[in-house]
Amino acid sequence: MDVRYEAPQTLEAAVALLAGATAPAKILAGGTDVIVQMETDLIEPSLLVDIKKIPELRQITAENGGFRIGAAVPGMELMAHKALNKAWPGVLDGVKLIGSIQVRGRASIGGNLCNGSPAADSVPPLIAAGAIARIIGLKGTREVPVEQIPTGPGKTSLAKDEIIVSFFLPARPPHSGDAYQRFTPRTEMDIAVVGVGVNLTLDNGGTCTAARVALGAVAPTVLLVKECADALIGTKVDNAALEKLAAAASAACRPIDDKRGTKEYRIKIAGVLAKRTALAALEVARKN
Amino acid sequence: MAQAHPILENSGFNPDKKLKIVGSSPIKHDGLDKVTGRAKFGADMFLPGMLVGKILRSPHAHAIIKSIDISAAEKLPGVKAVICRDDFPEIKAGSADGDMTRNAMAREKALYDGHPVAAVAATSESVAKAALKLIKVEYEVLPHVIDPVEAMQPDAPILHDYLRTKGVKGADKPTNVVERYELGMGDVEAGFKEADVIVEREFDTKPMHQGYIEPQGCVAATTEDGQIELWCSTQAPWVYRDRLSNILKIETAKIRIQQSEMGGGFGGKTGFYPEPIAIQLSRKAKRPVKIALTRNEVFRATGPVSGTKSRIKIGCKKDGTITAAEAELIFQTGPFTGSAFTNAPQAMFTRYALKNVKTVSYEVVSNRPKVNSFRAPCVPQVVFGVEGVIEELARKIGMDPIDFRLKNAATEGYKTIYGDVFGPIGFVETLQAAKKCDHYKSPVPAGQGRGTAAGFWFNRGGETTGTLNIGIDGSVTLILGTTDVAGSRISISMMAAEELGIPVDKVRAVMADTHSLGFNRVTAGSRTTFSTGMVIIDSARKAITELCKRAAGIWGVSPDAVTFEDGFCKPAGANVGSFEPLSIAQIAAKTMATHGAIAGHSEMNVTGAGPGFGLHIVDVAVDKETGRVDIKRYTVVEDAGKAIHRLQVEGQFQGGAVQGIGWALNEEYCYGKDGRMENPSFLDYRMPVASDVPMIDTEIVEVPNPRHPYGLRGVGEVPVVPTMAAIANAIGQCIGVRPQSLPMSPPKILKLIDDHKAKNGG
Repeated sequence: MDVRYEAPQTLEAAVALLAGATAPAKILAGGTDVIVQMETDLIEPSLLVDIKKIPELRQITAENGGFRIGAAVPGMELMAHKALNKAWPGVLDGVKLIGSIQVRGRASIGGNLCNGSPAADSVPPLIAAGAIARIIGLKGTREVPVEQIPTGPGKTSLAKDEIIVSFFLPARPPHSGDAYQRFTPRTEMDIAVVGVGVNLTLDNGGTCTAARVALGAVAPTVLLVKECADALIGTKVDNAALEKLAAAASAACRPIDDKRGTKEYRIKIAGVLAKRTALAALEVARKN
Repeated sequence: MAQAHPILENSGFNPDKKLKIVGSSPIKHDGLDKVTGRAKFGADMFLPGMLVGKILRSPHAHAIIKSIDISAAEKLPGVKAVICRDDFPEIKAGSADGDMTRNAMAREKALYDGHPVAAVAATSESVAKAALKLIKVEYEVLPHVIDPVEAMQPDAPILHDYLRTKGVKGADKPTNVVERYELGMGDVEAGFKEADVIVEREFDTKPMHQGYIEPQGCVAATTEDGQIELWCSTQAPWVYRDRLSNILKIETAKIRIQQSEMGGGFGGKTGFYPEPIAIQLSRKAKRPVKIALTRNEVFRATGPVSGTKSRIKIGCKKDGTITAAEAELIFQTGPFTGSAFTNAPQAMFTRYALKNVKTVSYEVVSNRPKVNSFRAPCVPQVVFGVEGVIEELARKIGMDPIDFRLKNAATEGYKTIYGDVFGPIGFVETLQAAKKCDHYKSPVPAGQGRGTAAGFWFNRGGETTGTLNIGIDGSVTLILGTTDVAGSRISISMMAAEELGIPVDKVRAVMADTHSLGFNRVTAGSRTTFSTGMVIIDSARKAITELCKRAAGIWGVSPDAVTFEDGFCKPAGANVGSFEPLSIAQIAAKTMATHGAIAGHSEMNVTGAGPGFGLHIVDVAVDKETGRVDIKRYTVVEDAGKAIHRLQVEGQFQGGAVQGIGWALNEEYCYGKDGRMENPSFLDYRMPVASDVPMIDTEIVEVPNPRHPYGLRGVGEVPVVPTMAAIANAIGQCIGVRPQSLPMSPPKILKLIDDHKAKNGG
């Protein structure tokens, strides 16, 4: 019934606490999911390891022309980072849609990912961006593409002793752009019925040379859909390409009927939203 | 029959009277506490030795409770009391009290997911939660039924073996249909024969939660000799007291209820939930017990309003005259009767001067939480259909929908379907104001659709008490009983100040406990500012009579020789003598030398409520690829009779419309195949957030109700009545097909769009 709370200052100490836990332990970043789940009796951890005091988890630094983002940096801090906003507006589109201003004052992209929700708003744009997570555990550090972390609703590929330290977003070629859009019945404070992240690069003539498309809330995990990317690569992202993209997005969906949307509806909206998000990414790419 | 109270016979309404305070918008005296967080709500009471109460709830929608073993829970350290059905007096099933006690704590059966089956009082919340897990309940799970139409089928699972349909001759089989109620007037067959155009449509609406931000919270404290104090968030302290007295078998004089501040009720706090449980826990533990419900509990086990199915048929002539109207209505009520569904056939067409009407209504039990009141109980659900048919008829005969309503509008002297004859009413004036308002005169923006709908509510009076005390410095305190759910304290203080000719800042009102005043009916039906205003005005007039007597005593003249004007007692004429006018403060300063304190008190069964009418105008845009509806512009036009506090009246108009927008667009209970609610949180029960609604514009129409001293009608119910209909009508204009089912959520709207396209050849 009692919960032990620890706030280690170093990665090593955090890993040791998690590795040594004999009863259910939970990592606490912003707490916007964990605390709510505890309050509503969905989880009953006996140990909370607060990782917000660990410097590596709270920094945004330039690295190889890209960015390294601490996994526990709160959303409002990410939104205030001008260079990051300019380089990865789509990732920020996702961050901006998490909860409310108050929630984003605490919530982090590491937490958003590790909560394991297929509807997490920052995850599709991170996957579309090709973000790499740096994970530390007893065995040392490993680098893993974000799409390999969620394994199902509420589940991740992290071991009991592992913590995501940071995310690496690579350098951007010219004429690149990304975007994230979601569909919710309400304007905010809602969970995505479908979310789509698109990241693309154009050549000087406006032809798409690279693309990554990720779909949220349409399967047990966020999907990186190669067929969607293929629909765009080699095209000028014209209507024909967009229709192909929509069809590929709808075809990739493996959704469930639930309180947040029906199967049929999610499949349809995935296509609509893929087109809209691709157009938004295209607009960004053309400006860069 | 006792003689009616003089103020009910003659209110003294004077349309030419120049008002100083009534009609302005002073800051609420309780406002600062609300915005600073100082105000004490249901869960804000703390008593020494107080325990935490927690409720064990049924995980099954329908199950026989074979046994409950509380022994292990009782043994857990820190647990001070565990109760279940055995701790409540046995009361016959099927009676009003029998239903009430069974809803508070399940007896023979659990009848919905979330139905209380046991409760614990412990020294901490974590101990109480651990104790709940130690209670062993043996259930025999039964087939359940959620939908009211399915519940009416002959092979449906039966909730109560004893139930026979009221209003059906020879009904001798167990059924889920509580009552069949027929209400009509004239000859509908003849009426439809006269019609040139007839429209008949079917509609359905879903149960909607009142959505108050404050979950129910209470603290019960009891003494060894059986006295009970209850602090709780309630719209009905006296009703709670009397019902608790009935189900717990305790005299009313031994139950003292103090209402807390109200963090939203909207009808949902007119019936109790945790209160009897907290009392029984406190009696067993001999310590105060607090129970504060969680949002999950609020959704699974309190409210909502009835969902409905309706079939509505209306006919009219080419000139717009409605010749007949017919309706068949089904209301779900949860596992027990109490939906107040008879409001619907009484109010659904009332506003149109119809002669031929036939309605048949059914109330049906099913395995969902018992419904509770909500603004204009059971009326918005059916007006959703009626006003759809009205607009369709208007368009069919090529008439402006507001003109169509004007053509049929009821006026003074119309005899309603429920027997009352309308006094002066403002429906015509409301429709005219709507036609003239900027919104209706502006063209519909490209790509959008515009809808209108009208609504009516009776407005209510009823048993009410109140006291006005004049302090030694001439300032005034009011003791009020009917719960302040929406700012009635300031409105009533304003009326007292107006009567007494003093600034409203010199008046303060407190909310009484149930020992301090006689019975007050529930705050509901838009009755409080009207009824409590009436008793406080009456109290003020009594105090004025006394003030004049005291002035007469001071001057040594006859009381008849003194008049009261603008806060002063004055000689009635020159022949009385030359005396300087005496202010209330001057007279009050001398009460020790005269006859002691000056006060006024009044109690009456208030009559003379003036019916209210409104018309809503809404513009919507629809995303044709996703079915998402965006409310672009919204105007509420409504007759307030007289707006006592203008800002509060506007707030009522806006609040009603906003709740209606939620009901219209996204609010919905999702039940799994197991009969359990799947979305018991604000995250997934999609009430609108601030950014979902535009500014709601308001037009206050004032056609006075002469039965009230200042002409007021109620304004709490009407603003939600036409909302869903107006939005559906607007969507219909936008996408070419008028939705007939709530909520008008994106998947449903997209399907309507796609089906409509397919039907019209893409």
